[in-house]
Amino acid sequence: MARELWKGNEAIAEAAVRAGLQAYFGYPITPQTELLEYLSWRMPELKRAFVQAESELGAINMVYGAACTGARVMTSSSSPGISLMLEGISYIAGTEVPMVLVDVMRGGPGLGNIAPAQADYNQIVHGGGHGDYHPIVLAPSSVQESIDLTSLAFDLAEKYRSIAVVLTDGSLGQMMEPAEMPEMMPVKQVYPEWAVTGEPGRDRRFLTSINLNPVEQEKTNIRLSLRWQQVQANEVRFKEYYLDDAKFVVLGFGSSGRIALSAVRAARAEGIPVGLLRPITVNPFPTAVIEELGKHVDGMLVVEMNAGQMLEDVRLSTRNRVPIEFYGRMGGVMPLPDEVLSAIHGLVDGPRTTEGHPRDRWLARLAKNN
Amino acid sequence: MAIPSIELEQVVYERPESFRDVSTHYCPGCTHGVAHRLVAEVIDEMGLRERTIGVASVGCSVFAYNYFDFDFVQSPHGRAPAMATGIKRVLPNRVVFTYQGDGDLASIGTAEITHAAARGENITVIFINNANYGMTGGQMAPTTLPGMKTTTSLNGRDVETQGYPIRASELLATLDGSAYIVRRSLHDPKNIRLAKKAIRMAFEVQLRGLGFSMVELLSSCPTNWGLTPEDSLQFVEEKMTAFFPLNDFKVNSAVAQIKI
Amino acid sequence: MPLKGKIVVNEVYCKGCALCIPACPQGVIRLAPERLTAKGYHPAELFADSCTGCAVCAVVCPEAAITVYREAKARAMV
Repeated sequence: MARELWKGNEAIAEAAVRAGLQAYFGYPITPQTELLEYLSWRMPELKRAFVQAESELGAINMVYGAACTGARVMTSSSSPGISLMLEGISYIAGTEVPMVLVDVMRGGPGLGNIAPAQADYNQIVHGGGHGDYHPIVLAPSSVQESIDLTSLAFDLAEKYRSIAVVLTDGSLGQMMEPAEMPEMMPVKQVYPEWAVTGEPGRDRRFLTSINLNPVEQEKTNIRLSLRWQQVQANEVRFKEYYLDDAKFVVLGFGSSGRIALSAVRAARAEGIPVGLLRPITVNPFPTAVIEELGKHVDGMLVVEMNAGQMLEDVRLSTRNRVPIEFYGRMGGVMPLPDEVLSAIHGLVDGPRTTEGHPRDRWLARLAKNN
Repeated sequence: MAIPSIELEQVVYERPESFRDVSTHYCPGCTHGVAHRLVAEVIDEMGLRERTIGVASVGCSVFAYNYFDFDFVQSPHGRAPAMATGIKRVLPNRVVFTYQGDGDLASIGTAEITHAAARGENITVIFINNANYGMTGGQMAPTTLPGMKTTTSLNGRDVETQGYPIRASELLATLDGSAYIVRRSLHDPKNIRLAKKAIRMAFEVQLRGLGFSMVELLSSCPTNWGLTPEDSLQFVEEKMTAFFPLNDFKVNSAVAQIKI
Repeated sequence: MPLKGKIVVNEVYCKGCALCIPACPQGVIRLAPERLTAKGYHPAELFADSCTGCAVCAVVCPEAAITVYREAKARAMV
């Protein structure tokens, strides 16, 4: 297929269609509304289900219903809307039916603004819905990657009867880049044996997330935990840049990773031996590779568009063996490559320490500059 | 020579096929059981068992999926109409219905039911109205009558501070997407028979793709009302029908043509 | 002479709610005074002869516990 200019949100929508999306239920919220609008004509064009729901709450529950039938189903929203969906997310996780969720993050907390942010990391990765569950979370950093990871999300969701999240932000959702769409896949014909489809000639099936007997509920939880271990063992994805000779590593996901790459290249042009590790799955987190890196480098810099959320997972992974600094912008502000380059200089010039918390040192620097 | 007549035993009534052979957890005399039975009878009589998907809600009927012998899913509190929408949109030729109580439908689920009706979703809603939150022990619900005592209106519902009850059938009937919205009662045999006819009609509406159908069923809650089953049916007959009149609130022109 | 009927109450389901009793036009149902079901309810039972198999009891029964039978007289072929 030829490369065409695609807007991030619309690219994700079309990628889902090509992956055999059978039903989409959504609600308008900036900065992802284009996804809803695109599918509002694309799905009916293909005679597939589309409903603009009465709220995100309605949307996620429509997804829940369709997911119970085994259909490929997706919804999308942005931070405040995701909060509304968390109840449904927990139910869907507890019922072990697959779905794809797209979170186009924006500044918050609260209504915040419509500018890009990455502050839903904890909510999405560490389970904003109640109970023990682990969604598979994929973080693209370009329109092409948004397309590729959306297709992957459906496959992983079904493989593990899990929720798969495409975790992106307003910048990636709005930007236009040349990208290649995959071929159109046919809509599935074969349904799993748990699917509630109202069909003759078999025993009845039902799906519920209720387990009144705690011992039974625990069995469900054990099953979910063991399944997550499988996901952790098999589905970690990340991208490495210039790590072969790196004495310092910058870590960032999504847009932060993309911006950090520019800064890393600029730093390398200055002769600084720095590389970048960009997690593609933020859940399962690339713990092993980061732990390994931590044994060989002199310092790490985590860059995020939040107050340090993936930062904690990096700290956990490195077990405090390596000095870590943090650079974050919040509330919808995006860091510029120059700022990240400054932060790289700060890391390289030192002093570096494993004492204290990188967030405190960063806040102190922020306060000084403001 | 005429052989004398043989007497045969004819079964006049037996438990419907779609009503599973399990004892329900409902309180003795609770009309949830009657409503379940009627739905099961109608599904059997219409031959729909193998293409029906029920959506259980949250309330005393949370385990409805254990009582019907067809496919079922279980929704969060209030969200059943949204779940039903999701199912019906991907499987339009299945019969999809929700079974909801008054707390579920008229409180937390107000948005979901309103918009499913407004969109004219081809689903059927069986709405059990017993004027309280039964499962959680008898709290005031949007359908609790003025002056009615519940665990959160200990001195009787005070409309000044606790507002007025909601008449869901009347509300939903104002929407163009609503095709068939009626209120019936389960308090005596005649009304139970009328209720069954209404449930039958509601499923006919769905089968013909005519839009959103709902049957509100005034029901008893002996345990939380502190009345015997018989007295609680009397309460339904005297007090509840006075506030929630039994009527057809929406029968659109296409539905009016249906003869069953 | 009205057709004779009979009811069989399934004691697995009957919860002794007694709604069938006032519903019965013949007044021939009572809760068994001496018997208890496995769940501890007094189940409904016929206690007299004049059941007509009208099935009104089954219409009001919340448990679908009642099976209703009626005599069907059939004339044999000569």
